[in-house]
Amino acid sequence: MFPSARIRNFCIIAHIDHGKSTLADRLLELTGAVSARDMREQVLDSMDLERERGITIKAQAVRLQYRAVDGHDYVINLIDTPGHVDFSYEVSRSLAACEGALLLADAAQGVQAQTLANAYMAINAGLEIIPALNKIDLPAADPQRVTAELVGVLGGGPDEVLALSAKTGEGVEGLLEEIVRRIPAPAGDPEAALRALVFDSYYDTYRGVVCYLRVMDGTLSAGERIQFMATGEGHTTEEVGVLTPKAVPVSSLGPGEVGYLITGVKEIGRIKVGDTVTSSRRPAAGPLPGYAEPKPMVFSGLFPTDGDDFERLREALEKLTLNDASLQYEPETSRALGFGFRLGFLGLLHMEIVRERLEREYDLDLVATAPSVAFRVKLIDGQVTEIKSPQDLPDPDARSQIEEPYVKAMIIAPSEYIGAIMELVQTRRGEQVGMHYISPERVELTYLVPLGEVVFDFFDMLKSRTKGYASLDYEPAGYRVSDLVKVDILLNNTPVDAFSSIVHRDKANGYGRMMTERLKALIPRQMFDVPIQAAIGGRIISRETVKARRKDVLAKCYGGDISRKRKLLERQKEGKKRMKMVGSVEVPQEAFVAALRVDAD
Amino acid sequence: MPTEPLVGEVRTPDSPALADAAADWSAAYIHLPFCARVCPYCDFAVVAGRDYLVDRYAEALEREIDREAPWRPLDSVYFGGGTPSRMPVSAFIRLVGRMERQLGLGPDPEVSLEANPEDWSPALADGLVEAGLNRVSFGAQSFSAPTLHALGRLHDPDQIVRAVQVARRAGFRSINLDLIFGTPGEPMAAWQETVERALELEPDHISCYALTVEPGTEMGRDVAAGGTAPDPDLQADEYEYAQERLERAGLVRYEVSNWARPGHHVRYNLAVWAQAEYMAFGAGAHRFRGSVRSRNFRRIDSYLEAIEGGVSPTAGSEVVEGWDREVERLFLGIRRAAGVIAGPGGEGLRTSQAGDRLRQAGVIAFSERRLVVLRPLLTDAVARALLALDTP
Repeated sequence: MFPSARIRNFCIIAHIDHGKSTLADRLLELTGAVSARDMREQVLDSMDLERERGITIKAQAVRLQYRAVDGHDYVINLIDTPGHVDFSYEVSRSLAACEGALLLADAAQGVQAQTLANAYMAINAGLEIIPALNKIDLPAADPQRVTAELVGVLGGGPDEVLALSAKTGEGVEGLLEEIVRRIPAPAGDPEAALRALVFDSYYDTYRGVVCYLRVMDGTLSAGERIQFMATGEGHTTEEVGVLTPKAVPVSSLGPGEVGYLITGVKEIGRIKVGDTVTSSRRPAAGPLPGYAEPKPMVFSGLFPTDGDDFERLREALEKLTLNDASLQYEPETSRALGFGFRLGFLGLLHMEIVRERLEREYDLDLVATAPSVAFRVKLIDGQVTEIKSPQDLPDPDARSQIEEPYVKAMIIAPSEYIGAIMELVQTRRGEQVGMHYISPERVELTYLVPLGEVVFDFFDMLKSRTKGYASLDYEPAGYRVSDLVKVDILLNNTPVDAFSSIVHRDKANGYGRMMTERLKALIPRQMFDVPIQAAIGGRIISRETVKARRKDVLAKCYGGDISRKRKLLERQKEGKKRMKMVGSVEVPQEAFVAALRVDAD
Repeated sequence: MPTEPLVGEVRTPDSPALADAAADWSAAYIHLPFCARVCPYCDFAVVAGRDYLVDRYAEALEREIDREAPWRPLDSVYFGGGTPSRMPVSAFIRLVGRMERQLGLGPDPEVSLEANPEDWSPALADGLVEAGLNRVSFGAQSFSAPTLHALGRLHDPDQIVRAVQVARRAGFRSINLDLIFGTPGEPMAAWQETVERALELEPDHISCYALTVEPGTEMGRDVAAGGTAPDPDLQADEYEYAQERLERAGLVRYEVSNWARPGHHVRYNLAVWAQAEYMAFGAGAHRFRGSVRSRNFRRIDSYLEAIEGGVSPTAGSEVVEGWDREVERLFLGIRRAAGVIAGPGGEGLRTSQAGDRLRQAGVIAFSERRLVVLRPLLTDAVARALLALDTP
């Protein structure tokens, strides 16, 4: 146990690529936690995928030893936070384990939307914020402008903004001193009943589930009976320790301390981030506030391109959820795509990461249906049901209203793009709730937008309309009743489930037209005319026809060369094998992928 | 052995009995690759500007015929090209004579050659009849001057008229005109005009071929570079027009692209579509003997080198047996209006989902143990369905 007066707990809030991991590396180096020789670049980002994408998926905590100018030894716990809003619940739990946050902004690029979103979360959580510029060594750095932005966003004076270069190490030593000076020591009563906050967990093949926690009150010791207050699970602590960043077992952790706990639990789903650990012998009166179940926001069907891979997909998902308790999935059957799963994700990035991991780490070839959201449907009898797939939408005469999730979207961009952004958001049924200049050149725009509109290529459109300068963040903003309809796509009068979508009535025609036109271009001519229709209930809103193929014969003189003719036919036949039959229509596998592509056209 | 005389045939060309009988005929093909120039759409084994090799090539053909093991007397001999009409009469006299001596000819054989109208003259025609030729197939292609130009042909429409008259006078018993439809830029009216003018000449046989762009040809390169390709829908219209008009004129469609007056079907072609055995000589020629399909070197130099070196000119071969052979019998046979005896392969198609779909779409019908394609323009869809059947 370390005296809490000499402990500082902090995290770093930064946009992707603004240098958080590099700075963490420098801090580790400087405090001797990792020798330069052992140092793998960016120690904290441990997953390969994470290293490649430059983002942090799982939070970790490192204990640094620092002798301050006042001559005292301090323990500084650096709690790593995920950078992206998809993981905002995890971010909020990491923040709850800290007393302070370093807000890091790239001295060339300036403040970005997601940095801001996380900074507001930190302020609301009562954290002491230390603003800092990174990459001041860059030729393009504009410290004055970015300092002004930080001051504009956070208040305070320009003199409170630190200037660093994680790459060269400039200013990093001063940063440690500022952390000791400005971030409050943790409070907490060592004599009170144990309360420790689980702010992250991961699955280790040998040890089972490892939780990261921060002790708030009391003491957590190895070998004692503990209880998780939200889940009610009781266990004996197998091991308690700290990360330096190597795991070092300790006999106990006191108030303010951050470390890890191993209980022997093998299933990650049994340990919930945000839960409170207490002692079974002397349980706390109540849990720490803020616990919530992570809730998927975005849903998508995943189907193996080759139907024989279904089992492999199931196994891959089982393995993935060992490490990712927020990923939800259930089997789904599509007439068009066969057997697959409907997956629930925390957000778009989460979805992208999972899809990529499945394809890359498990070597699966997948067809993903267009992302959709969960709708709340009120039935005639007053019951409310949540649907995650358009196929589950009750018939119009069985329901009285549909509610859709909204998000508060924050966009930061150079002010010259305000018009373009407003126009885009308007086409997405967005409603402006705020606009504020964070500097003379850059503006923060806030909108309420249906999540269903955001999940459908919104970010790509935003980037392309702002030449890549806009950054976006969003947070859930409740549900609203909307005039939504289900658009079905019929191929030769047979509905194709994979193409159905729930859209706003005003956009139904546009969606129908887009899908019928896309499919017309993708479906080869058949032996008969194939109508492609978009319909709301029984009403056809759009129609295209793939005209019958009239000539499919080699009508030329081919002089006895039967083998060549046969080879040609064999090649064409192989192409046919990749077709899926939808009713009596042959549809190439690629057509499903292409028609469902979010960023087509 | 064919039981039918060559001319004055009582059975119509699309008779099932005739189509089935052809499986037992014996046929030979001789390839004569020399051309004045290579047409932009042609992907056959042809050469232009190498006429100095004509004598050497004819000699090589004789040597190849001599290498052939004795077989049944031939019911039909087909000189194809290239442009056989560029060969001197003396070559035909030697080649027909050599085949007669070495292989034997049936009592009333069909001896046919392909000819270009611009080569044709009374002297050539008389000489060929003298040499034993009795059928001529003219590469007329079109009666529209712009279309002939686009196809790279060297004749004009009037030369076709004169050639047919000369052939009749010389005593050819069967005359064919090859026509091409779907040339990019050609309007429907020009095709209709071509069909009309062809019929005015009262040919015994007409072949209508859809212009097909092949990779590796001049036209193939043009299309790949963005040039206009034939429009398959227009070709379908033109085909349907020809079918209607030719039937009205008394010509009977007996294969996807071939129409004949009764008694004027081509024996060589019927034999090939019936999966009969046939021999073949010359560069790029293909044969089917025993259960083996084989082909000769396509390049004329390689062919000459092999023959003159006393070795086989065969460049490759494959054995066609069992289920493969059954499927092939069907995909060749379905090109005929008479259809094909269904057999195990036809039964497989009849009981398959693909067969069901083809039947529902009116593409095929099964009747009296025969499989018949009702929409000849979709024949290849049927062929692919046959090839996709699982081996039982």
